[in-house]
Amino acid sequence: MTTTVAHPEATGSPYALTHLDALESEAVHIFREVAGEFERPVILFSGGKDSIVMLHLALKAFAPAPVPFALLHVDTGHNFPEVLDFRDRTVAAHSLRLHVAKVQDYIDDGRLRERPDGTRNPLQTVPLTDAIRELRFDAVFGGGRRDEEKARAKERVFSLRDEFSQWDPRRQRPELWSLYNGRHAPGEHVRVFPLSNWTELDVWQYIARERIELPRIYFAHEREVFARNGMWLTPGEWGGPRDGEPVQTRLVRYRTVGDMSCTGAVDSDATTLEAVIAEIAASRLTERGATRADDKLSEAAMEDRKREGYF
Amino acid sequence: MTSTTQSLGAGPGADAQATLLRFATAGSVDDGKSTLVGRLLHDSKSVLTDQLEAVERASLTRGQEGPDLALLTDGLRAEREQGITIDVAYRYFATARRRFILADTPGHVQYTRNMVTGASTAELAVVLVDARNGVVEQTRRHAAVAALLRVPHVVLAVNKMDLVDYAEPVFAAIAEEFTGYAASMGVPDVTAIPISALAGDNVVEPSSHMDWYGGPTVLEHLETVPVSHDLAGCPPRFPVQYVIRPQSAEHPDYRGYAGRIASGMFRVGDAVTVLPSGRTTTVAGIDALGEPVDSAWAPQSVTLLLADDLDVSRGDLIAPAADAPPIGQDVRATVCHLHERPLRIGERVLLKHGTRTVKALVKELPYRIDLSHGLAHQDLPERLEVNDIGTVVLRTAEPLPMDPYAVSRLTGSFLLIDPADGATLTAGMAGEAFAAPAGAQAPAGAGADDGGWDF
Repeated sequence: MTTTVAHPEATGSPYALTHLDALESEAVHIFREVAGEFERPVILFSGGKDSIVMLHLALKAFAPAPVPFALLHVDTGHNFPEVLDFRDRTVAAHSLRLHVAKVQDYIDDGRLRERPDGTRNPLQTVPLTDAIRELRFDAVFGGGRRDEEKARAKERVFSLRDEFSQWDPRRQRPELWSLYNGRHAPGEHVRVFPLSNWTELDVWQYIARERIELPRIYFAHEREVFARNGMWLTPGEWGGPRDGEPVQTRLVRYRTVGDMSCTGAVDSDATTLEAVIAEIAASRLTERGATRADDKLSEAAMEDRKREGYF
Repeated sequence: MTSTTQSLGAGPGADAQATLLRFATAGSVDDGKSTLVGRLLHDSKSVLTDQLEAVERASLTRGQEGPDLALLTDGLRAEREQGITIDVAYRYFATARRRFILADTPGHVQYTRNMVTGASTAELAVVLVDARNGVVEQTRRHAAVAALLRVPHVVLAVNKMDLVDYAEPVFAAIAEEFTGYAASMGVPDVTAIPISALAGDNVVEPSSHMDWYGGPTVLEHLETVPVSHDLAGCPPRFPVQYVIRPQSAEHPDYRGYAGRIASGMFRVGDAVTVLPSGRTTTVAGIDALGEPVDSAWAPQSVTLLLADDLDVSRGDLIAPAADAPPIGQDVRATVCHLHERPLRIGERVLLKHGTRTVKALVKELPYRIDLSHGLAHQDLPERLEVNDIGTVVLRTAEPLPMDPYAVSRLTGSFLLIDPADGATLTAGMAGEAFAAPAGAQAPAGAGADDGGWDF
């Protein structure tokens, strides 16, 4: 039996699933619903832990057949090299098809302009929505979790987007039982969040249980960093450090992986999965609060970006 | 009682072997629901420093003196601007024993459909009552929705006990009235707990003000209530989601039917029938996400391999040959209408049942139920408006294998969808609304032979 059954005394029944088994089963069900109902689904894959867990679940959902979806990565041009390397190795290992939409291309030909603060995270929305339209994707899997942020707590598992990829929180379809409504008009698409009900800790416990490989920057390592807005940022061509931002070497790790300009590292000596799990369980900060500058821009930063088509 | 404190001490670093409980809260505006939710989140250490700081910042901006904990749960711009809650939100917290998914359903205008949405996946509903007011119209509506959706466990939280001097007779009277009302609708299990969400009595820590109460605190009950369902009483049901056919050198002949077991258990060797075709075969193998197993049960996602090469596709239902659901094109169901566009007789809709979507016609609207006045019926309404609960008779274009909702919450439920724009119109539950409808001639407890509800 591959499914772990919790001890009957703890659960009242030998048939109760552990929370990880219950979440896994639900996520697999969501992947299969999309495979059954849509023409051209795609998995958003950044090389971060949530998208890696998504891909792992998709691999299990369709085994022994290959995953019937392509991957899409929106490359801000400020990605961690370790993560891009991991992305490409993963794609090759599973014989997957990867589409890359590059923010740099948009900046180079003038369709997007660099922001004064140097962050490219909000700029991802345009290449993302263009890629969805041009490649005619009708379902786009994202690794968003409802525990991440309060606007995401209101997000459906199946989230209908109009032809401009916009999210309208007041016009969401009610979602009951496990009956997901994926009906959409031509030009519209559905964002699908199979990890909706997972927390950061669930993701890490699942990574540990399934022995899923991750980019090494998730584990504590010596790194040159400098302080900005209360976070440790990695120097790079993206535009840091500025004068008065001295570089130092610290023992750090990343809790999230995103654009280098707005993703901070945390001080940590957690070099193993077990140590990471213990660290997160004891942390008094959410992962976004600890490491994402863009969410602090305004009280509704995430909601506003989501309305425009961001994940 | 100390065990609760210890488990909290372990914090949200909960064991990977912990189980998952999905529950919903219901309460009207001033019953103290936000305070209760806030206390559960806060005392289980699920509100982290940066979230609290964000709330403090936002409260200060609004000129409020202390942090307004409602801002923790009201996440959207419009909600904060208007000070209202628009929609169901899902929240997550954990103790060492269990992980919790809380469907936080707002008590405002769009009330019924939100609670129906939250209750559809809940294994437990917490109904809040203000001890000063007792059972009111809103309370009866909460109980009715929990009964209608057949939420297996109901907790009556009698709140604001501090404002009635922690008096036992006040609690006892409310508990008795509520339990009687809930039982009349067939709710099998009510746990009544006297609390003060504000003062913290019996929410996480036992109250020192109510020595007369010997039962569990709210959290202790949430941690220990059984989450599994009695599989012996559940007929096995497997809606086919997707056909897995690798056609690779390694797996040239593999043909597996992927799906999530809706109820019951399947074993290798079981004689099964594929509906709606009615062809029979046996289960030749079960793959649990890539690994062969001998048996699997709800709600596991698995792949079934069948002994014979039948024509099976998405939308079919696999069930035991000896215990298959009835098949038909006439559906009589209790529904909650969810959309501002009303549902009318003669309307053509899509019906999504499990993995199958078929055309359907609204043939009759026999009656509407008024949840607020002892379940009074209004016969032959012209249409169902948003938040209305009523009975619908549908004719489907193709035969459907549908169980009564009382037998299975998954194979007995469906959605009605507007074929024009894909909007979700109505949530449906096949069969009669309540296990023992109010006004039934049968004496109380007559349905007890069934042993309550099986899911």
